[in-house]
Amino acid sequence: MNTQNVAAASSTKAGQPFRPSKKGRFKLIWKRYRRNKLAMLGMVVLLALLAAVFSAPLYLDYQEAITQHIVDAFAKPGSDGHIFGTDQLGRDLLARIIYGGRITLGAGLATVALSFVGGVALGGIAGYFGGKVDNIVMRLCDMLMAIPGTMLAMALVAALGAGLDKLLISLAIVQIPSSARTVRAAIMNLRNSEFIEAARCYGTGSGRIIAKHLLPNILGPLIVTTFMHLGSIILCIAAMGFLGIGVQAPTPEWGSIISENQSNIRYYPYLGLIPGLFIMISVLSLNFIGDGLRDALDPKMKN
Amino acid sequence: MEKILEIKNLKVQYNTDEAVVYALNDFSLDLNKGQILGVVGETGAGKTTMALSIMNLLPERVAEITGGSIRYRGEKVFEMSKKQLRELRGAEVSMIFQDPMTSLNPVMTVGDQIDEVLKLHNPDMSKQRRDEKVAEILTLVGIPPERSIQFPHQFSGGMKQRVVIAMALVAEPNLLLADEPTTALDVTIQAQILTLMKNLQEKFGTSMILITHDLGIVAEFCEDVAVVYGGEVIERGTVEQVFARTANHPYTDSLFKCIPDLTGSVSRLTPIPGFVLDSRTAPPGCPFADRCGSCTERCRAEKPLVHYVEDGHYIKCHLYENEVSK
Repeated sequence: MNTQNVAAASSTKAGQPFRPSKKGRFKLIWKRYRRNKLAMLGMVVLLALLAAVFSAPLYLDYQEAITQHIVDAFAKPGSDGHIFGTDQLGRDLLARIIYGGRITLGAGLATVALSFVGGVALGGIAGYFGGKVDNIVMRLCDMLMAIPGTMLAMALVAALGAGLDKLLISLAIVQIPSSARTVRAAIMNLRNSEFIEAARCYGTGSGRIIAKHLLPNILGPLIVTTFMHLGSIILCIAAMGFLGIGVQAPTPEWGSIISENQSNIRYYPYLGLIPGLFIMISVLSLNFIGDGLRDALDPKMKN
Repeated sequence: MEKILEIKNLKVQYNTDEAVVYALNDFSLDLNKGQILGVVGETGAGKTTMALSIMNLLPERVAEITGGSIRYRGEKVFEMSKKQLRELRGAEVSMIFQDPMTSLNPVMTVGDQIDEVLKLHNPDMSKQRRDEKVAEILTLVGIPPERSIQFPHQFSGGMKQRVVIAMALVAEPNLLLADEPTTALDVTIQAQILTLMKNLQEKFGTSMILITHDLGIVAEFCEDVAVVYGGEVIERGTVEQVFARTANHPYTDSLFKCIPDLTGSVSRLTPIPGFVLDSRTAPPGCPFADRCGSCTERCRAEKPLVHYVEDGHYIKCHLYENEVSK
């Protein structure tokens, strides 16, 4: 911060019009984020995972993940070209995990993005306007929340039809009420603060107040809860895969890989452990990233 | 003299779950262009309600305007469209808040906050021009423009209030409402901020309403003064007229008696007996009747009218009814 000030001061002295830079702020956030070792680790791991998984078609044939070689069934990890071994149908576990990750992580991220946008929009409107609007939105949310999440998602998928996109939408709908509730509570807390009143006094419109004054103030906790949600959504996708809704066999998906192999886990534990480990690693890194971001985004944190 | 603001018989009440609070009762006030008016009164007298009414920013659903009107440059504020109101707020009428600690957004840099006001009212202005304006106004309020990339928590209380003043003035409003702008600051900073406000007021030719409960600030800073009690203006005149203490409302008189005398030695101040008027009641007579030393039966039964004691100096009290009422 200090070095920036000095730089800025010297530029004004040179007679140029002073221009504050936005870049400096992102640098600052990045600097704060970088200091959190766990968050950095989480980010590196997650980025590596995402890169490996999403660039898969470049180095690995999808057929590897779904073609059955019964002869090679239950090859041990490390044995002849199968780093993670093979499952009961002789499919290479590494290939299945890589292609499964595309679905698990991709679907998880998309669901979270959808529910984040929906939750912020609904919660923001309900919290800011209050009264009737709040009542209508929140009672709708209550109705959705009264039904157990997994049940609701199943019912929605059944109604919409099978398919990954439908699974995404139904999972997002299940998540929206709780994130709307979080956003609404936080906004109601802030709505009457003096700086909001001040903004109104200077002629700021409602949409702008929500977007520029209220949301940035609750962004920290919001990001953390969203990243935490991601973990449970990944588990939910896995559960749906297990129940045969959404992702259909033989399409690999981390959760369904575990459930396919559950009868063999006793003798071939690696079939459950390895995909489980990948779920755990990605959920953990997401949580670390969430924590790191919260700290980095809070301007009140000491440098 | 052009009248910039005219409040006529304004009545505002707050309908809460427990009770109806009568915040303003027949509140009348007007302000000329370029004038600095001090509005003095105790907590709960309706000073802030008045300020919020001028911008039509009373809390929705709770507050209800039951009568009267406010005209800003001849236009009725309560009848303005949303668009007109957005233009009014910030660009025409602006406000400085009581507590600088809470009136700045903690997650926006001060530069961005000032810039936002500018952007709202000058959508065509280029980013570069706006940056120059922000730097200019920051320099005017005595903050190095380099600090515009800092966040409010990196400023001290007095500095924050300077930022708030910069925000209020950046769109060059014609009327500035300062709601106890120095209450949250210590005395030395208070003097600095007041001087700054006065200089800027002269520079921009802004009219100003200074809401305060400090008579000292009024004497120092204002040309006119309005004393508010129980939601009405009970005395109004120039600072000279009111502070001459030849004719005052009994309430104003007791306010003066509360100020310690610097010359003699005084062991006790003279407080005003009783409590501030409970605004959940609307007394039929004078709102000050219960605490007034010269209260008569008539004061309790009948509302006093406006009585002019001098040119431009009126008092709402039965004691002065023999004066020529203009």
